[in-house]
Amino acid sequence: MLYHPTVARLTQRAILGRRRALILLLLPVLLIVIAIVVRVLVGADDEVTADLLGGFALATMVPLIGVIAGTGAIGPEIDDSSIVYLLAKPVPRPTIILTKLTVAVGVTAAFSALPTLVAGFILGGNGSRLAVAYALAAAVASVAYAAFFLMLGTISRHAVVFGLVYALVWEALLGSLVDGVKTLSIQQWALAVGEKIGQGGHVVSDVALPVATVLLVVVTAGATWFAAQRLRSLTLAGEE
Amino acid sequence: MPSDAPATGSPGSTGSTGSTGDSGTTAATDVIHDIGYRHYDGPRLGRGYARRSLFTQSLRAAYGLGRSAKSKVPPALLFGIMCLVALILVAVAIGTGMDELPLEYTDYAIYLQPVIFLFIAAQAPVSVSRDLRFRTVPLYFSRPVERLDYVSAKYAAMASALFVLTATPLLILYVGALLAKLDFTDQTKGFAQGLVSAALLSLLFAGIGLAIAALTPRRGFGVAAVIAAFTVPFGAVSALQGIAWEQDNLGAIGWFALFSPIGLIDNVQSTFLGATPATASPEPVDPSTAAGTAALLVALALAAGCFLFLLRRYRKAGL
Repeated sequence: MLYHPTVARLTQRAILGRRRALILLLLPVLLIVIAIVVRVLVGADDEVTADLLGGFALATMVPLIGVIAGTGAIGPEIDDSSIVYLLAKPVPRPTIILTKLTVAVGVTAAFSALPTLVAGFILGGNGSRLAVAYALAAAVASVAYAAFFLMLGTISRHAVVFGLVYALVWEALLGSLVDGVKTLSIQQWALAVGEKIGQGGHVVSDVALPVATVLLVVVTAGATWFAAQRLRSLTLAGEE
Repeated sequence: MPSDAPATGSPGSTGSTGSTGDSGTTAATDVIHDIGYRHYDGPRLGRGYARRSLFTQSLRAAYGLGRSAKSKVPPALLFGIMCLVALILVAVAIGTGMDELPLEYTDYAIYLQPVIFLFIAAQAPVSVSRDLRFRTVPLYFSRPVERLDYVSAKYAAMASALFVLTATPLLILYVGALLAKLDFTDQTKGFAQGLVSAALLSLLFAGIGLAIAALTPRRGFGVAAVIAAFTVPFGAVSALQGIAWEQDNLGAIGWFALFSPIGLIDNVQSTFLGATPATASPEPVDPSTAAGTAALLVALALAAGCFLFLLRRYRKAGL
């Protein structure tokens, strides 16, 4: 069994419950508002579309939502020790991880890939191929980010910080300074997938598609496997 | 000894021959039930002392001092990165015999902004969210500490922690520049400008970070919310600035910067502190003086607004 509906419901409530869904919703709304403003002021333009979707949607929004959903799927439960009630149930721990991953991927994709597609259609230009290319890249990135950050959530209590360090320092800061870093960046792998679809050289990645695909699969599967291993032998630390 | 030491004599204690007459024997009206235990009659250190203690304790906690070894890792890591980059820059400047530093003092915080974002995002919830989560806030307020003391101590501590983070690398650059025998007046001027900018940055970022962190007792969510408040406007503004550049609308670039915290700092230091603007365009575009002045006003208003918001936030002391 790979999916447990009750675990899924609890996880979904942990990520989106109370006012959290509203705060998560702010990001896509901001993207779409900017897209509308730009479309009205500038008109349809491929260059502008690529700037906005690549620079804001894929570089800022997707990793951020990935961190919130990925670590939020399991981090708080480990943090307040309530995960023991879940672990005490006769549910295989890999199933717990897979279910939580499914929810995290779903939330990340719904809050990032979907708005990217909508924003791409609003911005227009290039027969909307760019919209599909970036939305697909965002969806692919959602899967890898969610798996990676979920694993971080099982490793460290400071998973959010380390996830953000990866997204901001490694991908954004070092990625813009050191070319080699781009080879090891989920964002670039996802862009490689989008590059295949986007036309006119607006979607550019520094990684070749075969390499990117292999790395994406390895990271996603590896992170999920490792998270399941971590959960099998989880020790609960006391409050600091 | 402060004058607010309470009267220690217990009016109802029968046969308390031990109470020698040095403490007043006036009836203490605030005693609910006195069963004759010995009272505290040492010095009462008062509000000012409590405020200073809260400040030092919060400042130390921001760097993980006095907390567990695991809590020391993130701040030490981020502080290390800030200093390491400065050391490398100095080493490069000395090693290759440059006649000036590879970058200006004012540019440093702009280039390393992700590190500063992460620091405030990681440490602002440490400063305020834990007090909310473990419900220690009411305990603070049951002491002589007032709401204003608590908020100002926390705010000052976070701003100081950020200033240490942003000013230390500048100091390393400055010392390195002097050791490399670069021009003294130039370097001193640049260093002073960098410090002013770092101070404004610390004040603004501490306010935004604390205001957001004080909203949630969950540390993980607070971290993400604070980082979002800094990076999302930055990402959006950068994208808009790039578009404005392509549309040859250069005047708009400076005004767009008003919508992101780091853009405010960039505008202010480009206008008043002789910095090169770090706009998201292929070439730096100077903001107009009006945009720079507006940025300064917005930054100060935002910092003050965050302070007032925090004061309001703690009016209901419970949660």
